[in-house]
Amino acid sequence: MAALTEEQELLKEQAKSWANEEAPVSKFREMRDAKTEEGFDRGTWKSISEMGWAGILVAEEHGGVAMGHLTAGVVLEELGRQLTASPLLASGIVGASALALAGNEAQQAAWLPRIAEGSAIVTLAVDEGPRHAPLQTRLSAKEDGDGFVLDGRKVHVLEGLAADAFVVAARTSGSAGDAEGLTLFLVDGDSAGIDRSRLSTADSRGYANVTFTGVRVGADAVMGEIGDAAEVLDRILDRARAALSAEMLGTAAQSFDMTLDYLKNRVQFGQVIGSFQALGHRAATLFTEMEMARSCVEAALAAIDEDADNTALLCSLAKAKAGDFLHHMSNELIQIHGGIGMTDGFDAGLYLKRARAAEATYGNQAFHRDRYASLQGL
Amino acid sequence: MSDDANLESFREEVRAWLADHFPSAISGRGAELVGMESVARDPDLEKWRVALGEKGWGTPTWPAEYGGGGLSQKQAQIIDQEMRKIGAFNPLPVMAGMGITMVGPTILEYGTEKQKQKHIPPICRGDVFWALGYSEPNAGSDLASLQCRAEDKGDHWLVNGQKTWTSGADHAQWIGCLVRTDFDAPKRDGISFLLLDMDQPGIETRPIELIGGSSPFCETFFNDAKADKDEVLGELNGGWTVGKRLLQHERQSQTGARSSGGAAAKVTLQDLALKYVGVDDDGKLADPDLRARIADHLMKAQAQRLTTQRVIAEAKGNHKVSAAASILKNAASSVSQEKDELMLEILGHQGLGWEGHDFQDHELAAVRGWLSAKAMSIYGGSFEIQNNIIAKNILGLPETTQKG
Repeated sequence: MAALTEEQELLKEQAKSWANEEAPVSKFREMRDAKTEEGFDRGTWKSISEMGWAGILVAEEHGGVAMGHLTAGVVLEELGRQLTASPLLASGIVGASALALAGNEAQQAAWLPRIAEGSAIVTLAVDEGPRHAPLQTRLSAKEDGDGFVLDGRKVHVLEGLAADAFVVAARTSGSAGDAEGLTLFLVDGDSAGIDRSRLSTADSRGYANVTFTGVRVGADAVMGEIGDAAEVLDRILDRARAALSAEMLGTAAQSFDMTLDYLKNRVQFGQVIGSFQALGHRAATLFTEMEMARSCVEAALAAIDEDADNTALLCSLAKAKAGDFLHHMSNELIQIHGGIGMTDGFDAGLYLKRARAAEATYGNQAFHRDRYASLQGL
Repeated sequence: MSDDANLESFREEVRAWLADHFPSAISGRGAELVGMESVARDPDLEKWRVALGEKGWGTPTWPAEYGGGGLSQKQAQIIDQEMRKIGAFNPLPVMAGMGITMVGPTILEYGTEKQKQKHIPPICRGDVFWALGYSEPNAGSDLASLQCRAEDKGDHWLVNGQKTWTSGADHAQWIGCLVRTDFDAPKRDGISFLLLDMDQPGIETRPIELIGGSSPFCETFFNDAKADKDEVLGELNGGWTVGKRLLQHERQSQTGARSSGGAAAKVTLQDLALKYVGVDDDGKLADPDLRARIADHLMKAQAQRLTTQRVIAEAKGNHKVSAAASILKNAASSVSQEKDELMLEILGHQGLGWEGHDFQDHELAAVRGWLSAKAMSIYGGSFEIQNNIIAKNILGLPETTQKG
């Protein structure tokens, strides 16, 4: 494992100061209070794109800057600190990864430049039930003439309302639970038969349930091999998981900083409450969890960049450890702040709500513990 | 010649020297020989100890003028790599007791020229076993309340009191002790670090039997024991600083979890679980609750190893000293103890043996290891003291536990 490079440290500072000045948590609160339909602010997204971050993974030939996953994680962590809402994860990371790993030349040429400049949002539509379970895909794609017809429903699709195109996990054969028979389709958001319904969620981000009714696509919509997408889908998801872990680490690190600051300033019984050993030890425990989670997140992102053999293992490790820490940290954020932490006017609640949503996305801790166990032969 | 070329020619030199001096009869037996508490001297081991000590490669990075190797970290790594390749090992850290891991580095840092000339060469040769006298019956976590005293008798120090948890004191030749030399100063300010020859009638040791059945520690009694006037290490009444620095060396030596390398790592927790617990129809471990807890443990263990690697990488990159370093001791002891508990649970009834032929060696070792490892979160600054240190030194929270 390597330490962050000087270039990455510089980008971290740049992302931190941009987020603090242009997209602080107060801006997220404004967006929430305005009940912004799409779950993010278009002006914020434009700024993110102008800085090149929307194309942070996209190859230079397609108009991106191709800085790699560890570098992308540095940016996501800083945005996670301020709860900055944007399609960066769903499109710049997951959509771009799907196209890079499974897309053909024509699909890449059509969509990657638009992802990189932020003018199109491409998102992954995978889950169909209350829990993350890619193999449980039932949405059917039946051959019809020289194309396919899609029928089924995807739930909790990230940026599902704003998306210009969907990467849809569909079943071309077999039944729910089978790894065989999965196929990815790149489906234009304007296709006839797509119905989106906005979800109002606790974390106020942009999610939609998306119903596909007799959606007709050409053979050119197929990404990769027909019936053989389980493995590449897992690789796409691992990139999503590692990147989201970086964002979660940022959200948790900010929660830690807020809590530590409170421990140093809140006075009760004539002394700052951080002088009580019961609280000091909880802070030390949280710090320990944070450092361990950071090691896992950086290792997973670096493994993707190096195409290491144990990438899947490290991505599950990162999502689980970032999730465990964020879960614990968000609860302690409320508890240690006491009454003020329960008020909507204070930011703690925003972090707690985001925490649980991020934990559940692309597999919660239980999902990744189970996957990790299987990968370890257990 | 470039650095790389220099290192490669050094590697050749190491290979040639090892081929000439390492007795193949003890190849791969490092864990077994080094682990022997009595430091029994197998003739081949003795030959190897002498050769390695004379070359200075048992303490490769220590200055050559005092008997060390005078080598760079990179060269030391090369020696380590080449030794591993042929099953060779460095027995000196164990033969020197606390001499190589703790006392030596501290003497090199704080000692007078005379102290270095006198004490360092025998440590490099593995000739002298060092013990440490820190804790006392009434001074454990609150170490600064120690009472063992050294009075200035003009031409020598007169030492009276008791130390406990002195590792290997029953076969140590020298001991480094924290003693009170100013009886009126605030408690941390009246302590000195004194070096004593154990071979004198005023010092007696009594082994303490532990719950795991072994006796690695002693109680050590000082009744009018004597030390030369020039055996104070560092400033008179400045022993607290010297002693704390020495403990940093101790914590560094404890941060590599036991799982890394050695014979113990050959059988994994996963393999044992599959063997003792079996699998269900889906090929998953038959006990789903245990499976989840083993997975959780393996994740913690990997996170701890990755953190150790990150701290090393960040240190090399000339970053500021990583704050993550402070968590390593607690992380390593938690992971290690949790592994021992899971091991016992996996073994079931076979994980309850004390001795005898009804149990396999590795099953008995699991029981002893489980018990011994309970000490990991107590020695070298307990789990709770480590959390105090993180809270105060890293997080900047106020100190409340240590008054006076």
